[in-house]
Amino acid sequence: MILFSRTASLVLAISDIQSALSPAGEQGASITRLWWIYFWVLTAIFILVAIFLFLAMLPRRKGPVEAGPGAIEQPPAPQERSLAKVVIGAVIASIVVLFVLLFVDFFAGRSIYALNDQNTGDANALTIKITGHQWWWQVDYENKAEPSKMMTTANELHVPVGRPVKLTLQSSDVIHSFWVPNMHGKKDLVPGHPTEMWLTATRAGTFRGQCAEFCGLQHAHMRLIFVADTPEQFEKWMQSSSTDAPPPTDTLARGRDVFMSNQCMMCHTINGTNARATVGPDLTHIASRPMLAAGAIPNTRGYLAGWIANPQNIKPGVRMPPNTLPSDDLNALLDYLESLK
Amino acid sequence: MSDLHPGGGPTPAASKNGYEESAYAISEGQKLYTTMNCVGCHFHGGGGIGPPLMDNEWIYGSDPQQIFASIVEGRPNGMPSFRGKITDYQVWQIAAYVRCLGGLAPSGTAPGRGDELQGPKPPNSGPAQTPQNSSLPKSAERP
Repeated sequence: MILFSRTASLVLAISDIQSALSPAGEQGASITRLWWIYFWVLTAIFILVAIFLFLAMLPRRKGPVEAGPGAIEQPPAPQERSLAKVVIGAVIASIVVLFVLLFVDFFAGRSIYALNDQNTGDANALTIKITGHQWWWQVDYENKAEPSKMMTTANELHVPVGRPVKLTLQSSDVIHSFWVPNMHGKKDLVPGHPTEMWLTATRAGTFRGQCAEFCGLQHAHMRLIFVADTPEQFEKWMQSSSTDAPPPTDTLARGRDVFMSNQCMMCHTINGTNARATVGPDLTHIASRPMLAAGAIPNTRGYLAGWIANPQNIKPGVRMPPNTLPSDDLNALLDYLESLK
Repeated sequence: MSDLHPGGGPTPAASKNGYEESAYAISEGQKLYTTMNCVGCHFHGGGGIGPPLMDNEWIYGSDPQQIFASIVEGRPNGMPSFRGKITDYQVWQIAAYVRCLGGLAPSGTAPGRGDELQGPKPPNSGPAQTPQNSSLPKSAERP
């Protein structure tokens, strides 16, 4: 019992940020309602079945022991007809229940699609492009009015509460699946075939998403931090995230040079410098992110150093190669990267 | 490419690239071939700005070591040097893939298909179009 309650409290503690049962979005709320209807209907059926099973196990009448030796038991009365009635009744009840669940499911889907239709014409809607890579998420904030204000980040998605968000999902290599349980169901990211998903956050908070389609060695380490901000916080975050990296001070210049003269710049972008490659995650504001390597490790100096020196040790199979840098260079590089707030 | 080599004496034995025996390494090389922008000049083997890699002509040698040297050192008239820009094992993976393009790697490990998009859509898959006919010129009208 103690073990059970401990497990339960542990599960509940985890579930808050990655659970379809504590919805934080309009679409997620529909799915949660559906889930609870299914839960209670199926629980009621389970209890009924258990009761009938228990009744069936009870002895019907007293055994022939009391009748004494030699007594012949009376054959039971024919029961076929009543049995047939019970079976037919149970089949009809099952069909009715299944149809009720079917319609409930159908209307939950309709209500989610109705939200999509309603949001499609909304001028206030925000469009975010999400690209799945092996094994990280690229997040592009589109800005049709001012293309120069487009902004790219990785493994971290901020949305404002109450504003409809259209996610355009695509993949650069294999099929991935975008899933933030608190917000919505799953949607696949298919290479060469962009898909769409609408969601509206209803309460602020930090949640976690995860790739939900097996996509290779590090599928389990492909997480996404989903932050629902208040509109003011969101504007502030957009402001700070769309700025270029500041030119390094004298002490940080060496770290910048290490970055530019080694493998780093072949795959990563730091806005405001010559590094403009898009093979790996954008590092312009890497120090502001709480996690590294798509949620595999926390963003601290030690983990970052280990990651740069040998990512294959932390996330075997990842596309980033080991980088053997002299320790002075590595420290200078870490100083520089930690300054990219 | 001349048969001359520094130091004189007999021609040294051909080098061997262990990655050519690994299908995984070759497909990693194929990915790098795209991400490091080899495709920008050599295209998918057919050449363009740079020489083709899928024919049997090798200006600076077809030996794995020579390909490695071409990538790391660069070559005159356009091929840049990638020294320090990618790790050695990645260069060897690219070299294995490049030899695949020329049909020099073992066929058992060479990838069965490329990563790049394969050709245009079939003709019957396009959306229905309404032809925009301009009015016929006078001369084309029936008398």
